[in-house]
Amino acid sequence: MPVVVLAHQAPSAKERLRDAAAVAFVALLLGIPMLGLTTVDQGGALHVATRWPVLGLFVALCFAGRLLARFGLDRLQLARRVQRPAVGAPARRYRALPSWLGWGCFGIALVLPIVFSDNRYIVDTATTVLIYVMLGWGLNVVVGLAGLLVLGYVAFYAVGAYCYALLATQYGWGFWQALPLAGGLAAGFGLLLGWPTLRLRGDYLAIVTLGFGEIVRIILVNWTDLSNGPNGIASIPRPTFFGLPFKPGDDGTTFASFFGLEFSPLHRIFFLYYLILALAMLTNLFVSRLRKLPIGRAWEAVREDDIACQALGINITNVKLSAFAIGAMLGGCAGVFFAARQGFISPESFTFNESAIILAIVVLGGMGSQLGVVLASLVLVLLPELGRDFAEYRMLLFGAAMILIMIWKPGGILSHREPTLRYRGESGSP
Amino acid sequence: MNPYRLLLHVDRLSMRFGGLMAIDDLSFDVHAGRITAVIGPNGAGKTTFFNCLTGFYRPTAGRVCLHHPQRGVLDLETLESHQVASQAQVVRTFQNVRLFPKMTVLENLIVAQHNRLQQASRFSLAGLIGLPGYRRAEAQAIEVAVDRLKRLNLIERADSVAGDLPYGMQRRIEIARALCVDPILLCLDEPAAGLNPRESAELNELLQSLVRDEGLAILLIEHDMNVVMNVSDHICVLNYGRKIAEGSPAEIRNNPHVIKAYLGEEEEDEDGAMKFPAESVP
Amino acid sequence: MALALQQLINGLTLGAVYGLIAIGYTMVYGIIGMINFAHGDIYMVSAFIAVTAFTLLASLGISSVPLALLTVLVMSVLFTSVYGWAVERTAYRPLRGSTRLAPLISAIGMSIFLQNMVQLTQGARVKPIPPVLVGGFDLLTVDGFTVHLAYSQLLIIVVTVALMTAFSYVIGRTSFGRQQRACEQDRTMTALLGINVDRTISLTFMLGAMLAAVAGVLVTVYYGVVDFYIGFVAGIKAFTAAVLGGIGSLPGAMLGGLLIGLIEAFWAAYLSPEYKDVATFSILILVLMFRPSGLLGRPEVEKV
Repeated sequence: MPVVVLAHQAPSAKERLRDAAAVAFVALLLGIPMLGLTTVDQGGALHVATRWPVLGLFVALCFAGRLLARFGLDRLQLARRVQRPAVGAPARRYRALPSWLGWGCFGIALVLPIVFSDNRYIVDTATTVLIYVMLGWGLNVVVGLAGLLVLGYVAFYAVGAYCYALLATQYGWGFWQALPLAGGLAAGFGLLLGWPTLRLRGDYLAIVTLGFGEIVRIILVNWTDLSNGPNGIASIPRPTFFGLPFKPGDDGTTFASFFGLEFSPLHRIFFLYYLILALAMLTNLFVSRLRKLPIGRAWEAVREDDIACQALGINITNVKLSAFAIGAMLGGCAGVFFAARQGFISPESFTFNESAIILAIVVLGGMGSQLGVVLASLVLVLLPELGRDFAEYRMLLFGAAMILIMIWKPGGILSHREPTLRYRGESGSP
Repeated sequence: MNPYRLLLHVDRLSMRFGGLMAIDDLSFDVHAGRITAVIGPNGAGKTTFFNCLTGFYRPTAGRVCLHHPQRGVLDLETLESHQVASQAQVVRTFQNVRLFPKMTVLENLIVAQHNRLQQASRFSLAGLIGLPGYRRAEAQAIEVAVDRLKRLNLIERADSVAGDLPYGMQRRIEIARALCVDPILLCLDEPAAGLNPRESAELNELLQSLVRDEGLAILLIEHDMNVVMNVSDHICVLNYGRKIAEGSPAEIRNNPHVIKAYLGEEEEDEDGAMKFPAESVP
Repeated sequence: MALALQQLINGLTLGAVYGLIAIGYTMVYGIIGMINFAHGDIYMVSAFIAVTAFTLLASLGISSVPLALLTVLVMSVLFTSVYGWAVERTAYRPLRGSTRLAPLISAIGMSIFLQNMVQLTQGARVKPIPPVLVGGFDLLTVDGFTVHLAYSQLLIIVVTVALMTAFSYVIGRTSFGRQQRACEQDRTMTALLGINVDRTISLTFMLGAMLAAVAGVLVTVYYGVVDFYIGFVAGIKAFTAAVLGGIGSLPGAMLGGLLIGLIEAFWAAYLSPEYKDVATFSILILVLMFRPSGLLGRPEVEKV
């Protein structure tokens, strides 16, 4: 029956062509000022250059692409209608997915440096992915669980990074000493920002936090006495292995000499990788535990309906502030690691784009989903890396991917929410 | 004269929105162990009254005194909305159901016990390392929730996502959740709206049993006259923010002012009693 | 005194531009409740179109300034409105009715896409054009300081005032304006009354893009340089202006824009130019603390 109905609805060839022609026309209008025409600098003055073949190609591609895409989508829809699965079946499959996937990811992460022990690039990239995973898990507390839209998360990341950089270069603090202090300081900044602004409606909060992120960056650029301005802070000490530095030579005990190994620069790369893996897993454990505690349930309840929360006697200001502080603290800790790993930081690393990427990771992953954050970080970090061959197109592809993933799955890659506790009653229902 | 203890005393309460007097000099009493209904045509100020009572609005004038059995007299109009629930133990439901739609029914009821659990978790520290004290508190909270769910016939749905359930059931869940806060006064805003006749009969029974068995006081806003007339001990009628009548169901049924407010000037049945229209609620 | 007057002129000029962009934010927010993050980049696209158009006209030998300005305005407005339409159609419409955050992420993606598209097709370098409007009036001289009103500043102020008048008429008096305001209040009901909501929303985006296009052309004339990054800064300033004025309110957007322009100009002149953005955002935070719905926004009665 549905087949018959759809067959009637399926557009004729003429309609398809007209549709594709309309798209091609819009493409032409969009393309003329950007692709067809450009200005080039010739001897200090601009001249107009034309690229009509490029424009023609673009329009033709749009025409053909639309024709094929529409055709394919119609086919797909038809196929889906015909073999509609039994009700309930997809839900079950959906639920089974995350449990083994999470352990699988952890297992792969654990053995990755051993498998690729000769490939510095892969371990480095994986370390970057893990930084984003940790940041994503931190922001997930604020955005995913508590539902507070924050566009300036990078500010807390910067606070952590600069805190460690200054303590280490000025006062000789070690990584492990600075970590709790930086986390605490970032949490303090979170409270400072949250206290006056948490009464604001969602989108107002977004713009205020964006403004806060910019304020922190501008201060870092201009307060040269503190931050060394745009030049940044260099030669930040790297973390040590319980006091054993990673360096060649025999002056004092080093990591290599202590374990009787030959010095290799890879040791530090591996150590940093396992360090961020440990920090990230600690974050994961911490956040997952919190989610199952009253505070975590209150976060989610505030996200769902803050008025109902108040009617149940929950002080929503405290709940939101705690989410802010904990999210900020985790961001700060990630910042400490970032500074220690790079050895050099400058305000360049803490622009709005960074906030946007972290937020995208949380939303693309599926708000509140821990595993979703991992998958989204993989996609968003690896996508530009894979596109390195056509380096100039990578951010273009990145933007397009953000749009496409959202359209494909508006709830995020993993939008399933696991309850924090279950009733196992007399009926024995698990 | 009245054998029931005074619980809530509303004293000359007024609420003004710009030029509109939503509540105008309203005074009445609520007694412990009784069901008091607030009725009136749409726009009479009933929900506004609830909002003033539970700290969502600050009244323009007047007082709302709660005579708490342990904590003495509390001025509700000075408390924040969350303090009304946590300190005064006055808990409300909403006209348009406000559950936590993506959380399960059980989670909804556990969230309602937040303050107790949060203290037991020592602001999450004891909870994080899983100390036995916290575990006990959690088990106890689950027990309370399960008990409420059983009582409201919802236990089968404990692990269902609240937002996916039918409307009538969501209304019951909201009442169950409110009960988990351990109220002494339960304020229900149109609990029977959208229920079918069988469900609203069950609601009648539930309300009466809550008062009978647990000694709760209930303050009820309702349009469904079946519910109001059957369960209420005392009715207060509002129109344009003013109290126009107060009394037992029988008194209200025959009160000419009430009939006028509901039906207009001349419309009156031969026997003088009015038939309340079962108003459809948006 | 003279410096203050000069900064008043500069601030108003800058503020008028912010205001024009802010209207696009506020209208879109009003009608579909989302932050159109790509709006600043639409403005940037229009500035690039203006640069191309000016260069093209110069190479064709058109030397009449009014004619050139008018042609460039028309071209930029036309092409930019197509961009506005296409952005809504591809990135936002498929997400209508989904979660609140999905369109925001899509918008951020679109912003990144547009920035990089322009960088790729037009080059990453700053584009300077020869001055279009030279000269101005010297208003008065006090203690050797001359207050100067450039023709381009006058142009910005005059065009903005004219546009705002026309725009209030469109929103307040025309059938499209009524439909637009109806959609703002209740989209479902508007659709039930037989109004094509999709088209109204598309038109709103196009209208917002047109105003941004005018702002883009004016800025190109005023500063004479354009680069692919101007959209971001102008965008967040304009959005801040919209929030400051009370989002959803058209006069509020203009007022917010003017205020931000003035704050920036005066802060830069009297305190420290480096921290002018800090001042802007701090004032935004302060205003929202005490007037959470912005200066002209309708105070929201919490519906319980």
